Amino acid sequence: MTKVVPSGGTKRISINGQSVPVEGVPAQTTLLDFLRDRGLTGAKDGCAEGECGACTVLMVAENGLGSEYRAVNSCLLFVPASIDREFFTVEALARDGGLCEAQKAMAEGGGSQCGYCTPGFVMSLFAEQYRPGREGKCDPHAMGGNLCRCTGYRPIRDAALALGPAPEGFFRERLSRPAQAMHGITYTAQNVRFDQPDSLAECLALAANSPQAKLVAGSTDLAVESNLKFRRWPHFISVELVDALREFEETPEHVRIGAALPLTDLACRWTNAPPVVQDWIKLFASPPIRNRATLGGNLATASPIGDSAPLLMALHAVLHLSSVKGERVVPLAQFFKSYRETDLQEGELIRAIEIPKPLPAFVRFYKAAKRRMDDISIVSAGLSLNCDDTGNVTRAAFVFGGVGPVTQRVEFAEAAAIGHVWDEAAVERIGVELDAALHPMDDHRGSAAYRSAMAKSFVHKFYLEWRQAHT
Amino acid sequence: MSDHHESAHGHVSGEALYTDDLCLRFPGLLHAWPVTAPHAHARLIGFDTLDALHAEGVHCVLTATDVPGENETGSNRHDEPLFPSEVMFHQQAVAWVLGETLEAARVGAALVRTEYEPLTPLLTIEDAIQAGSFLAGPLRIDRGDASVIDSSPLRFSGELHIGGQEHFYLETQCAIARLDESGGIVVDSSTQHPAETQDVIARVLGIPWHQVSVQCLRMGGAFGGKEVQANPFAAVAALGAWKTKRPVRVRLPRLLDMALTGKRHPFLARYEAGFAADGRLNGVRIQLYSDGGWSLDLSMPVLSRAMFHCDNAYLLLAAEITGHVCRTHKTSQTAFRGFGGPQGMIVVEEIMDQAARRLNLEPHKVRERNFYREGDTTHYGQLVKHPERMYSIWDQLKTSSSFDARCLEVKAFNAAQRHRKRGIAITPMKFGISFTATYMNQAGALVMIYRDGSVQVNHGGTEMGQGLHTKIRTIAARGLGIPTERVRMMPTRTDKIPNTSATAASASTDLNGAAVLDACEQLKRWLAPVAAALIQCEEDHVRFEGGTVYSTDCPGNSVSFDRVAAAAYRERIPLFAQGFYQTPGLRYDHEKLKGKPFHYFAWGAAVSEVELDLFTGDAKVLRVDILEDVGDSLAPVIDRGQIEGGFMQGLGWLTIEELLWDTSGRLATASASTYKLPSWSELPGVFNVSFLERASDADVVMGSKAVGEPPLMLAISVREAIRSAVAACGSGGPVALPCPSTPEKIFFAIQRARHS
Repeated sequence: MTKVVPSGGTKRISINGQSVPVEGVPAQTTLLDFLRDRGLTGAKDGCAEGECGACTVLMVAENGLGSEYRAVNSCLLFVPASIDREFFTVEALARDGGLCEAQKAMAEGGGSQCGYCTPGFVMSLFAEQYRPGREGKCDPHAMGGNLCRCTGYRPIRDAALALGPAPEGFFRERLSRPAQAMHGITYTAQNVRFDQPDSLAECLALAANSPQAKLVAGSTDLAVESNLKFRRWPHFISVELVDALREFEETPEHVRIGAALPLTDLACRWTNAPPVVQDWIKLFASPPIRNRATLGGNLATASPIGDSAPLLMALHAVLHLSSVKGERVVPLAQFFKSYRETDLQEGELIRAIEIPKPLPAFVRFYKAAKRRMDDISIVSAGLSLNCDDTGNVTRAAFVFGGVGPVTQRVEFAEAAAIGHVWDEAAVERIGVELDAALHPMDDHRGSAAYRSAMAKSFVHKFYLEWRQAHT
Repeated sequence: MSDHHESAHGHVSGEALYTDDLCLRFPGLLHAWPVTAPHAHARLIGFDTLDALHAEGVHCVLTATDVPGENETGSNRHDEPLFPSEVMFHQQAVAWVLGETLEAARVGAALVRTEYEPLTPLLTIEDAIQAGSFLAGPLRIDRGDASVIDSSPLRFSGELHIGGQEHFYLETQCAIARLDESGGIVVDSSTQHPAETQDVIARVLGIPWHQVSVQCLRMGGAFGGKEVQANPFAAVAALGAWKTKRPVRVRLPRLLDMALTGKRHPFLARYEAGFAADGRLNGVRIQLYSDGGWSLDLSMPVLSRAMFHCDNAYLLLAAEITGHVCRTHKTSQTAFRGFGGPQGMIVVEEIMDQAARRLNLEPHKVRERNFYREGDTTHYGQLVKHPERMYSIWDQLKTSSSFDARCLEVKAFNAAQRHRKRGIAITPMKFGISFTATYMNQAGALVMIYRDGSVQVNHGGTEMGQGLHTKIRTIAARGLGIPTERVRMMPTRTDKIPNTSATAASASTDLNGAAVLDACEQLKRWLAPVAAALIQCEEDHVRFEGGTVYSTDCPGNSVSFDRVAAAAYRERIPLFAQGFYQTPGLRYDHEKLKGKPFHYFAWGAAVSEVELDLFTGDAKVLRVDILEDVGDSLAPVIDRGQIEGGFMQGLGWLTIEELLWDTSGRLATASASTYKLPSWSELPGVFNVSFLERASDADVVMGSKAVGEPPLMLAISVREAIRSAVAACGSGGPVALPCPSTPEKIFFAIQRARHS
């Protein structure tokens, strides 16, 4: 059995400045239930899947330069993953009897009606007001992970726009110190084990020894399975604390992204990311989800409608897979085997996603969904293209999500473009190939006919945007 | 913070309590989980609870044999068994497991073995019509001679499917029941209608109403979804507590709430219309079929309100309107903000647009041409009060929104753009205020002044976020002439005010506010002599204002309200009063659907402009301008919030909120990740809301008017703007637009327009 450094004594979570023991709490208990069972009922259960944000709390986290408050969905955090972390709930914000600025702004402008979603909005707004380096007004989109059924959002938007810099005081002062240090732990309750190793070697050894164990990073998908489908597992291995999985590196040859790096950190660290990447991250779920979700998790779940694979495949990304046996490199385009099946072997995990440079000359990400923000795609597309001086296509990647059991790169469509002039006629030929290659299905998100139409529509739009950029 | 929400501080601090926040207060609390049926229609042959009862933490399984009273929770018609022998919709609860923890109850429920004989379900309105499966109908309203359609210069017919809507109140259904100290039962319930929740609990337990107290602290949203549908869950909690003698909590997680509770009724409308060449409506025939689901619930009044609102703001001189409630094997569809009004109004708005595009007239001109005028009566025979307000609103809004100029800008934009198209539309709204069940238009209040001059106000209405308590607090404070801080609004309890009506129909301030004002007026009458003696003036010269009581002869001659209260106590004058109100003048024949069902009408109009992405069918709302008649607003921040929030809810219903059932009758969009509410991305870039000025209504409490439901229907302007943008993709002629208009539906409407 591999050694996991046990943290001495009782395991605890810091909540509103108090150290709260967690012994005996079942591993799949959410932080939300844990808080509410202790009388902190400000955080509410509205959906149990990270869609509504009524459960939002603040987590103190390192952002690479210092500490910050991150709004997270407490319904998607398992209690063992919260150990040694520091949280603040809405109950902590009013100090010395006075409401904080975010609370006042929400109360005075009519930002609450039924009030049930309000604590969650307040937490998200508070995190935004205290975001290090923020200048000017608060960005209302920081509350993009919060749903309100009463107000229609206008007064909440105005509350955000009314807030200035974070005032002096306890919460500013707290950010002058680093986040609580995290060490590897093993937590066991009611025969369920939750390992949280802090080195890659230990992590791989655990994965090799316990192939039945469930790997977990930000748990934004796993906790949904737990909460809504009642899946239970006997053993978890969390990869969250492994530095080697949270790296970010940009060199002239590549961009390398640790598989367990939260998307928020990716957005911060990839400072000169091309606009397509910046736009894509904004379309990826919501701020509190991005504060926890990772690219490794999104790829390993192999959802045919996952939003990262189409763009990453269009960027010709490769995956570095690690196990005790060593490391291997697999092009992302060959990673998905069938519905929800990947090339990952027993005891193997995704270590990093590597995007080769130079990036393709022209890249776009498109998404069709019922709702513009924070909705699962009906169809998504990652499209990239290089042309030579004569206007002939030299390289192309046309990748679609939501049109089959796996993310699909359509090579016949690419072949219809490569070596030819990039024009309306090429778009027509690609359309024919897409019709032949894609066999989407009808479901509650969209019909097969719409999905087929969207794949073609996106290629057409891609062409028009390319033409506009090149005239 | 003059008129911000009464509970705003509690909301933002997390201190405001909702039913489920009370759990920790009840040691020994048991948790409930339903045993749900995997069929939309089946006969329950039997079940075996042995394994469940042996599971760790399972306390008991509640079944029909535990019911001491009636196994029945229906609201109007008693047609809803709490423990059914015939499964009538997918995931219907057939038994409930009580456990020491929620997890134990859930695991226990999974261990209950059930046996069913599957039966064929009816899942669509068409199936129900075919099978003659109706819960009610035909209802019929006739006026004039509809055969005028046949001789009209323009006649056309059509069919419109209107989607339902999930309430998605953020707080799901919840109740906690416990025995009280003297043999009764107390139930905290997230209910819009505590008195009916009390009724249903008493019925199930077989005990008199006085044994049951129901309290509603506040609701985390309701929108009609807790008008009757809170009752069965409160009944399960009460039955559990009655049987086990322990407190019992029933709280539905979101997935179960969506699977088990009723929604806005989907409708099918078939219509025929005849118009004059100038766009004047000659006559309509409209057949409405609502999808009522498995039981009657509130489907009758929803249908009748839909039929009453087939006119919207237009004179229907010849109309033949029929309605049926279809029985299908789905959740029992129920009240939802607008209560049938939206479904009725959307049909006539569809007809107006279809006519305009066929006659090659501008839709807004056809609409305007058909507005009610002074002296007109509705198709059900009610004189239309204040029809001139529609004209004022229409003209003022067109000016303030620069409607005419923007129509031209939209045309220019569309001429220049190939892949994006814009549309702009203005639509009117007239909405009848009162419960159509006339007896429900009553309210009671209990106002209590304590000797220190502080005041408690109790009334029959419940707070669900709409700001009722805020407005009533204002009424009580103004009524007694004291600062609002001296008024404490009490949670709604059936042991304070008995036999109350549901908090619904937008009328709760009108009704409860008037009852509270009645109590305040009585108290002032009793206090006036006491005050007159203190400040030595004549009784009828005494004025109550701002916490001070003074003489109009000499305003400096005053005494504090608190001192008057203390003095009145010593004089043995009662310091509490009951208030009561019944809406006057309602006369309505329920058989013929004729008369005066409404006390008055709310009026308004909206201009919406949208932009379509022709690649995807995505519709972005660029700008919205609303002008609404809210009378003398009691709380402008609250009223604006109702208008904006109601509009956005209507926008969701008409655009992205799509309820889909699969072929087995399972709701395929039963979670927050598959059923999408409007979010930030749907907030219009520009959102202007104004109130009609000089719009006091003398017949309503303090001149105010109802505002809860009406704004939802202003969102029809978004649908019509989308239609106008789709039309710009083609070469003219009518445009069929499904409802809701999801991006996919818009995308295919664009393809049809292009190829027409």
